[in-house]
Amino acid sequence: MKQQPSQISSLTTYMLSVRDDRDRTAFALLFDHFAPRLKGFIMRSGTGAGQAEEIVQEVMLTIWHKAEQFDPERAQVSAWVYQIARNRQIDVIRKENRPLPEELGEDPSAEPDASQILAVEQEAGQLKDALLKLKPDQRDIIEKAYLGELTHQEISSQTGLPLGTIKSRIRLGLEKLRYELKELR
Amino acid sequence: MTAITHHTPDALLAAYAAGNLPQPFALAVAAHISLCLDCRAAHEAHLVSGGAVLEASKVEAVSEGLKSNVLDLLDAQVVEKKVYQRSGIYPGPVMEALKGKPPRWKSLGMGVRQSILSDGREGSVRLLYIPSGRAVPDHSHNGLELTLVLQGSFSDETGRFGVGDIEVADQSLEHTPIADEGAPCICLAATDAPLRFNSFVPRLLQPLFRI
Repeated sequence: MKQQPSQISSLTTYMLSVRDDRDRTAFALLFDHFAPRLKGFIMRSGTGAGQAEEIVQEVMLTIWHKAEQFDPERAQVSAWVYQIARNRQIDVIRKENRPLPEELGEDPSAEPDASQILAVEQEAGQLKDALLKLKPDQRDIIEKAYLGELTHQEISSQTGLPLGTIKSRIRLGLEKLRYELKELR
Repeated sequence: MTAITHHTPDALLAAYAAGNLPQPFALAVAAHISLCLDCRAAHEAHLVSGGAVLEASKVEAVSEGLKSNVLDLLDAQVVEKKVYQRSGIYPGPVMEALKGKPPRWKSLGMGVRQSILSDGREGSVRLLYIPSGRAVPDHSHNGLELTLVLQGSFSDETGRFGVGDIEVADQSLEHTPIADEGAPCICLAATDAPLRFNSFVPRLLQPLFRI
């Protein structure tokens, strides 16, 4: 398996090994981590266990096949997996293809910047801690929003509640990302 | 590219990240993110929040055999979904809605044209072509309208909208967008209400009466 600076999370390290070396052992470890969480996440929206497992299977296969799109300098593993999971759920349950933004054209040969990867992971870690510290009713609103159970009007009427607080944290970290993206223009 | 000054509101970005926007709005937001780095970053922040919810999800044990199934399938051939690239003024998601072909414009009179991309239960989305000085057709009189400028610009009581800007209008906004001088204004217009045409002509005549 690839050697990464020790501070980078094991999930990111596994994902990079899958992306760069098509490492099946690393993929199996990602499966062990994500499959039960994905199943729990998908079943929360009322999907039965059987269909949830079908979606888990497709999400895990997408992680394998689309690994080259994983960029740890922009997205932390669980954010990337979340997006794949929501897309698959929508494709399966609503029988429609969700419009996706263009991918950013990037230089694939660029060396990964460990400090940037760590910064992204730190943001994500702080966000998860913040989520876990919320009062149950506030946490419930956030979870509902990201499970796709709230309309944009309902999310809009929740402004000032935890969504804004949590997001302002991640926004700070993303200033750097924005600046770098602008350099590319 | 001129600076984008009118962005996608955060609640729409959050609902888009969670996959809970009606299809016409999802297309408008995906197209706007394709053009706007600020909203791309904000969208990615929502994905991180979604990832945190996923990480904090209750763990449900998967059936015995699911893992070996998945591992066995890693080498199976997959059909790659076609990825549409930006073409001229049209961002990738719009090219996908156009199925890779140029828009098929239909005249609405007065030089204004439209090309309907979809029209269904969840609302409609279309491209509009408005010569300078003409009014942007009203999409509907109820519900929410998102208008993303792809070429030229238009102005109304609330400001000027150039390439990449998105206007969010609900029924409370009384406005008359007019295409500015210069190249014809081409925009992507999405609404969650059915298309209505009967109010179109009177509104189109408004700028003439102002002369």
